[in-house]
Amino acid sequence: MRVTLTVNGAETTADVEPRLLLVHYLRDVLGLTGTHWGCDTSNCGACTVWLDGVPIKSCTTLAAMADGHEVRTVEGLASEDGLDPVQQGFVEEHGLQCGFCTPGMMMTARALLDRIPDPDEATIREAISGNLCRCTGYENIVRAIRWAARHEAERTSEEAAV
Amino acid sequence: MTTTDMPAAPSSDTVPRSPAGNPLGFGHMLRKEDARFVRGQGHYVDDVRLPGMLHGAILRSSYAHARVVSIDTSAAEAHPKVKAVITGKILETLNLAWMPTLSGDVTAVLATDKVRFHGQEVAFVVAEDEYSARDALELIEVEYEPLPAVVDATHALDPDAPIIRDDLEGRTDNKIYDWEAGDEAACDEAFAKADVVVAEDLVYPRVHPAPMETCGAVAHMDKVTGKLTIWTTTQAPHAHRTVYALVAGLPEHKIQVISPDIGGGFGNKVGIYPGYVLAIVGSIVTGAPVKWMEDRSENLMSTSFARDYHMHGEIAATKDGKILALRVRVLADHGAFNGVAQPTKFPAGFFHIFTGSYDYPAAHCKVTAVYTNKALGGVAYACSFRITEAVYLVERMVNCLAFELKQDPAELRMKNLLRPEQFPYMSPTGWEYDSGDYPRALREAMRIAGYEELRREQASRRAAAAQPGADPTAPLMGIGLSFFTEGVGAGPRKHMDILGLGMADGCELRIHPTGKAQLRLSVQTQGQGHETTFAQIVSHVIGLPPEDIEVIHGDTDNTPFGLGTYGSRSTPVSGAAAAVAAQRIKDKARVIAAAALECSVDDLEWEHGRWFVRGDPTQGKTIAELAMIAHGSLELPEGVEGHLDASVVYNPPNLTYPFGAYICVVDVDPQTGQVKVRRFIAVDDCGPRINPMIVEGQIHGGLADGIGMALMEVIAFDRDGNNLGGSFMDYLLPTSMECPSWELGQTVTPSPHHPIGVKGVGESATVGSPPAVVNAVLDALQVRSADMPFTPAMTWRALEGRPMRPDLAIE
Repeated sequence: MRVTLTVNGAETTADVEPRLLLVHYLRDVLGLTGTHWGCDTSNCGACTVWLDGVPIKSCTTLAAMADGHEVRTVEGLASEDGLDPVQQGFVEEHGLQCGFCTPGMMMTARALLDRIPDPDEATIREAISGNLCRCTGYENIVRAIRWAARHEAERTSEEAAV
Repeated sequence: MTTTDMPAAPSSDTVPRSPAGNPLGFGHMLRKEDARFVRGQGHYVDDVRLPGMLHGAILRSSYAHARVVSIDTSAAEAHPKVKAVITGKILETLNLAWMPTLSGDVTAVLATDKVRFHGQEVAFVVAEDEYSARDALELIEVEYEPLPAVVDATHALDPDAPIIRDDLEGRTDNKIYDWEAGDEAACDEAFAKADVVVAEDLVYPRVHPAPMETCGAVAHMDKVTGKLTIWTTTQAPHAHRTVYALVAGLPEHKIQVISPDIGGGFGNKVGIYPGYVLAIVGSIVTGAPVKWMEDRSENLMSTSFARDYHMHGEIAATKDGKILALRVRVLADHGAFNGVAQPTKFPAGFFHIFTGSYDYPAAHCKVTAVYTNKALGGVAYACSFRITEAVYLVERMVNCLAFELKQDPAELRMKNLLRPEQFPYMSPTGWEYDSGDYPRALREAMRIAGYEELRREQASRRAAAAQPGADPTAPLMGIGLSFFTEGVGAGPRKHMDILGLGMADGCELRIHPTGKAQLRLSVQTQGQGHETTFAQIVSHVIGLPPEDIEVIHGDTDNTPFGLGTYGSRSTPVSGAAAAVAAQRIKDKARVIAAAALECSVDDLEWEHGRWFVRGDPTQGKTIAELAMIAHGSLELPEGVEGHLDASVVYNPPNLTYPFGAYICVVDVDPQTGQVKVRRFIAVDDCGPRINPMIVEGQIHGGLADGIGMALMEVIAFDRDGNNLGGSFMDYLLPTSMECPSWELGQTVTPSPHHPIGVKGVGESATVGSPPAVVNAVLDALQVRSADMPFTPAMTWRALEGRPMRPDLAIE
């Protein structure tokens, strides 16, 4: 079947098997390998991407379900101005080690901050509870997201001052 | 030529900084590798895409123990997208149906005679895409004749137990080995004199490292050049290359093993799995590159499990709590093939370091290993070659002693800890602990925890709960301690080898003419941050900015030989190699500086990456300047070659012995059995910290492992041997909700024999934390005995006084 998805702002189209998973469409059809596959069962969240602005698990979503919709992946996080504050926060606070869960974790984090710009620790922990990380013990991921929130707040207030 | 002394580790606030703001040596530095990871540009095995690449999938046994009567692959072969179907019979013709394990046994690549565990590899399909390969698996007809399975290790040696390994000639039982360490007679004597003897049965259940990236490989056999290139999830690329040469008879110089970015290892990626070999065979058969990536169920069911130790401990003490002796009998469940990855001379790994951190003269252990109808493995999940089981044993036994003596477990530990003046300390089972100040670490943990205050809070809560009309839902508060000593950095080659390969590691350091450097390592990061840490090690010694030092690893064609990253050995062994290589560069640079400055080497002094003339600091040359001179036309002293390179193979004289004191505070819901970890305090001493940020990150991850093992992780089996932990819906990993905000502290005791004084740390928290959590839960329940994991059901049963086995779904 033919599917047409907007991925990171660009329209993509391909003939795919109806059973093709979105994660495989992104990785194998488009070559966007930043989205990872980790568990098959929606538990680990390594495959988290946005579907119309909402984080979803792309390992249990068919490419066909995303037909006509907008998808955003880790490759779409940075802008021409540089890294997204979430990406920078993960660097600054050592929020990653092996890096495998990181793209999905950052997509979840970005969605959280868009919804709640200044989340407390409990809110952050709940938001990322569908993304497993085996390396960090989560502490520095929480700090990374708080770093991003803090810097976005500063940036907003600077812009307001200008 | 004189050798200059290795610089002492500076404290991180005084370390000079590079133009980019990085420390010239030890100190907080953001990771060099993160730039690609946060952009989604990490390059993992599953990201490898080659022209014409095919995909493999493995058919697995649905029985734990069965005779393979027949395999019909005709329908699968007829699938239009299938390129090859490989069975054990085909592998037999290539002499590849079996391969050696890392422990002197053999394991089946594809089953020929029998299947011996649920999930064992039976057939391999190669197809144009992964979906078609998996479709074709459904078309293979296998006729099995089911056999009774050995599921409970405690019955593996029963006279009527089915013989699992009838492939081995003369096998009449399921025993793999008996092994012992320590002095049994001295131990018996100490027990005879003891006021108190406490015995305890402990199960350290089967768990799984479960890295977020599963295992896999892309194999490409180039028939024209005869070169095999294999991109694979390996923590030990050089060891794997040698094993492939030995297994497949392939010429080693024509094998290139590439370990790209690895999505976590934790010991899961040390072994060589049938899938890797099958990808190679698939490429040989089809002439195309073949990718094989296991799915999560395959990962949990068939690759390297960890632990599965059934222990009976006995501790002897005086009535006031001075420990006299410890002895232990272990029944080790190794699964259907003996495939543990550990130094050859240590069949039970380093378990016999079980005397722990305490001062007593007598100890003895006896380990009996058995085959069962379960997947192979045993040494994995950040276990430091079974020190995890050893620490769990001694820390539970000490707590049981405290329970029986009604002593505070902190006080009992303090009374028995080794004292600083006893180091270097020779343990009763033959380990030479290099350095330590244990009481200081425990005091520091108790200070951070506010230990006395916590005990007061607990006492007042208990008093309130004992009042008539007390709230039955009030949480039960528990405080648990553990103290661990690890021996990491295997190891001295005369004692330690794997498959005959001595556990030394090579390192090459090249300083290019413009003063930019490349460091080539035999070890392979799986997230530990080697690209940053090792650059800092070199920077520490020769003063080049870490941003000017590129770390190259994970490619056997481009790095020197060595045994890889596991057992917390990278910094103790390879880190020492890097430091020694840098030291050689520094020494050679001094000779070149003397020639360039027309002075004697003895007139030169060193500071911040440059040699200068004593008394005239303006007369000097930086390492970068000396690199250009070394590659230039200056006449060098006789016997001094040009260029500024060094190559080192480091053979460690001893292990390094990191240690730490951990305190866990839990609240248990008495009505549901739900355990909430309120606080976790971890004081680690791994010597000087090269990059404190990375060290803390390593500790955080290990503490989460401890929460996982103590509260939720277990691979259990039903009575037929079906694996009940085959997905993340059944095998639970800790999330951000179960982990508290970790409270870390440190003490610093350098290793006297490591060139820069550092000790390994990668596994410390995984090793040290489970008993702290378990001791806390049992303290909350005011119960002496029960096995982890403390899922709500297990906790509730323990509270009811009816604890159950964690590893079997059999009442």
